[in-house]
Amino acid sequence: MTHKQIKLKQSSDIVAARQACREMARGLGFGSADQTRLATAVSELTRNAIQYAGEGVCVVTDESENETAVIRVVVEDHGPGIADVDKALELGFTTSGGLGAGLSGVRRLAHDFVLNSEPGHTIVQLKMLGKKR
Amino acid sequence: MKVAILKLRGILLTSIPIDMNDEDAMAFQADVLRMLSDTEATGLVIDITAMNVVDSYMARVINDTAVQAGMLGAQVVLCGMQPDVALTLIEMGRELIGVETALNLDQAFNRLETMIEEREA
Repeated sequence: MTHKQIKLKQSSDIVAARQACREMARGLGFGSADQTRLATAVSELTRNAIQYAGEGVCVVTDESENETAVIRVVVEDHGPGIADVDKALELGFTTSGGLGAGLSGVRRLAHDFVLNSEPGHTIVQLKMLGKKR
Repeated sequence: MKVAILKLRGILLTSIPIDMNDEDAMAFQADVLRMLSDTEATGLVIDITAMNVVDSYMARVINDTAVQAGMLGAQVVLCGMQPDVALTLIEMGRELIGVETALNLDQAFNRLETMIEEREA
């Protein structure tokens, strides 16, 4: 099982994290549209961690089995947490002056999106599923 | 990493690199506006052929740059968006890119020339 961890401290780490995810997706035979979806979702999540928590960690794991290619991405931080998770997932909601399309968009790009947040710990998980080639 | 901004017949031309980080993006925005002001260019083409990811942050930087350039009197066309990027942006949310767009550089220049003529008429 391939496993990659990217520490998130500065904005160049966002680029490194999404490139690592794209590479793994390409290696597992995901098409270019799925590669782009995954890289974009990871870009949003890792930026959130750096922006709101100052730092965090992104772990990418190949969880493929039999016929199915599976990539699991977990982004974790120890920042203030998200006060209202439901609200944060609404399109257009933002506390940073952004477009408010980040989290709500990520949910639409990936499978099995799970977000847990409390003060001091936020963990977001998503999966990308495809047919093994 | 500095993004080159070229001037061609009163139009500024710039191409965003593949791995632009957030600081580079803010510097790019400031450079474009300064150069528009210095050169009195009437048009701006932002080429994103190299970008294989445009997330909501980069979308906002691009939109803001276009609006700011408009405030300085320039017409703006975005070109070169990869099909996968267009697909992803729409899946994320419809309002992400609110700029005039063209398929490639050739069409962007044609479009921009028409926009500038219409404005001056």
